[in-house]
Amino acid sequence: MYRYDEIDQKLVDERVAQYRDQTRRFLAGALSEDDFRPLRLRNGLYIQRHAPMLRVAIPYGLLSSRQLRTLAHVARKWDRGYGHFSTRQNLQFNWPKLEDVPDILAELATVQMHAIQTSGNCVRNITTDHLAGVARDEIVDSFVWCELLRQWSTFHPEFSYLPRKFKIAVNGAAVDRAATYLHDIGLHAVRDARGETGFRVIVGGGMGRTPILGHVIREFLPWPHFLTYIEAVLRVYNRYGRRDNIHKARIKILVKALTPARFREEVEAEWAHLKDGPSTLTGSEVRRVERRFTRPAYERLPGDDAGYAARLASDRAFAAWAGRNVHAHKMPGYAAVTLSLKKTGVPPGDATAGQMDAVADLAERYSQGELRLSHEQNLILADVRQAELRALWDDAKALGLATPNVGLLTNLIACPGGDFCSLANAKTIPVAQAIQERFDRLDYLHDIGELDLNLSGCMNSCGHHHVGHIGILGVDKNGEEWYQISIGGNQGLTRPGAPAALGKVIGPSFARADVPGVIERLIEVYLERRDSEEERFVDVVWRIGVEPFKERVYGGVHQRPESRQRSLAAA
Amino acid sequence: MAAFIRDRKVVSDPWLRLERNDDGSLPPVPRAGDIIVPLAMWQAQRDSLLVRPGRIGVWLDSHEAPEAIAEDLRLLGVVAVNFPKSGDGRGYTTARLLRERYGWKGELRAIGDVLRDQLFFLSSCGFNAFVLRAGEDPREALAAFGELSEAYQASVERPEPLFRRR
Repeated sequence: MYRYDEIDQKLVDERVAQYRDQTRRFLAGALSEDDFRPLRLRNGLYIQRHAPMLRVAIPYGLLSSRQLRTLAHVARKWDRGYGHFSTRQNLQFNWPKLEDVPDILAELATVQMHAIQTSGNCVRNITTDHLAGVARDEIVDSFVWCELLRQWSTFHPEFSYLPRKFKIAVNGAAVDRAATYLHDIGLHAVRDARGETGFRVIVGGGMGRTPILGHVIREFLPWPHFLTYIEAVLRVYNRYGRRDNIHKARIKILVKALTPARFREEVEAEWAHLKDGPSTLTGSEVRRVERRFTRPAYERLPGDDAGYAARLASDRAFAAWAGRNVHAHKMPGYAAVTLSLKKTGVPPGDATAGQMDAVADLAERYSQGELRLSHEQNLILADVRQAELRALWDDAKALGLATPNVGLLTNLIACPGGDFCSLANAKTIPVAQAIQERFDRLDYLHDIGELDLNLSGCMNSCGHHHVGHIGILGVDKNGEEWYQISIGGNQGLTRPGAPAALGKVIGPSFARADVPGVIERLIEVYLERRDSEEERFVDVVWRIGVEPFKERVYGGVHQRPESRQRSLAAA
Repeated sequence: MAAFIRDRKVVSDPWLRLERNDDGSLPPVPRAGDIIVPLAMWQAQRDSLLVRPGRIGVWLDSHEAPEAIAEDLRLLGVVAVNFPKSGDGRGYTTARLLRERYGWKGELRAIGDVLRDQLFFLSSCGFNAFVLRAGEDPREALAAFGELSEAYQASVERPEPLFRRR
């Protein structure tokens, strides 16, 4: 964890006081709804379908047990006893009262948390790889660079009223687990020939209604220029980004309109003024931030734990869990573990206050009191001794957090959808549940292998449907909820030779009841056509194209899904 | 003369601001007195404006670039930047460029949809004068300047980022 110093704490406290006064003025009628809206939004407060929704920042997804217990306390005291972990490493409370929010923020501030810039047209929570600091392919510890950006972006005076929201992701490892090609700015750590650290700068990616992969505008940005270069990008965007149409206001539209080459020229011209200026990072600042992070106290272990290896060989259920939910660690004898929030029957990403408290305990017992939230909406214990994995598994099972499905179809990502969100066109939670139920058989699920299934309730793509190997998008047709399905998306270079990709829509959309059946048919084609178990669903889509899948779902020898459903029901 | 905020005090405003007519044409220029004119008027009538009695200021709309007046700054008594909507943040960059790149040292005023809750950021970016949206109380708004005591970033008010001062 980054530990606040006095100034960090003071700023968060001052924001609470400022927001308390803004709320007071609103409730007293001195601030109109229109004037209050941007103020509450930049503090994470939406007015939703049933009640306000408060989005709490979990900067770069890193959380301490103490903070998680405070979130549980907030859920009990001011909400309905649960929270929703989002795809952007935030936590959302769905039922707070507007007038209670200042008190909630004051409570959060006691554990160095806040809701600053979790919404609004400003730089949002910086996201990163959930295995930062422990991955074997690490180049830099991305948490440090994320914290530098958190501070730089917090209350940035020039960039607080951008044309639109602005999302930055940092990836510190060789493999891209932060979806850097799908952010307004993606920063991917690289080393040059001399071993110096720098960043590849990717601009203009994003999902939403105009999904597009980002463009590399600089292959190697030496680290001292990290902030000044980003400042140049933001300045070009702030000056020239469109403000006349909310749907054309993201930086990706500007990059596309100018062309990436012209955009780059504009940035470089601006940067020429800022380069080597006062915002140039210093080694001492990077070290200062590094030192303010707590560091896990690792034991020196000889290597893989013998007892763990033996259990893997003798206990099939344990091995199935370990095979999916336990990840390699840079320290010998350690592992990172995913606690799954994707149990069938529970909305993806939801956790009860009781589960939060229990996970806080687990983190303390097994992982040095810290945990991470992944963009796949799971919780990660990053520093677990292999020797304790078996005990952790038992505990996680008892809490319903040991579903062995990481990377598999039922680990699906979903936004809260029409049950909660006022932007949604369609519900997501019942669809997610129906799919999870259809694929509940573990053997079958494991046979299908790695598959990212992502589900969004509207074009805003909070469920990242564009980059799901299978993506599902809720659409509105004359007031009815329909679901459009795409295949072949990929969130980023998660393995060699598989770059970020946007899914292709397979055809007309489906009624909700048909969705699980359609997924099943897509899977059938995959299972028939894969050349080995190593070839994943998405690899087959890329190899053979969308047509064979389309054919199976819509036509040819097979009936249309609706009619098939009906004939089954009749039978 | 309307009340406005300059250098964190509520003072009366000696300047008269001219706006384009509804049809886009330029209004007549008063014979004397200090006036702030739209950029288009400055560009069209620069020579005659400079010889009339009274000081001249120019106001830029949110889409107008500071580069348009960068060469003329020494001739001006005030520069104003318009915020047609409080959420239109281009003026923040305009202000920084005028101060940091083009060296404007004089009065820089924010006009238009300027609200109390933007004063902190506006002032960080180099504005030192503020004409609030009609109906806003400038006296009450003064409290906003002190709501945050520090800032992480380099800005006009704090040329060094916090990490160089920490």
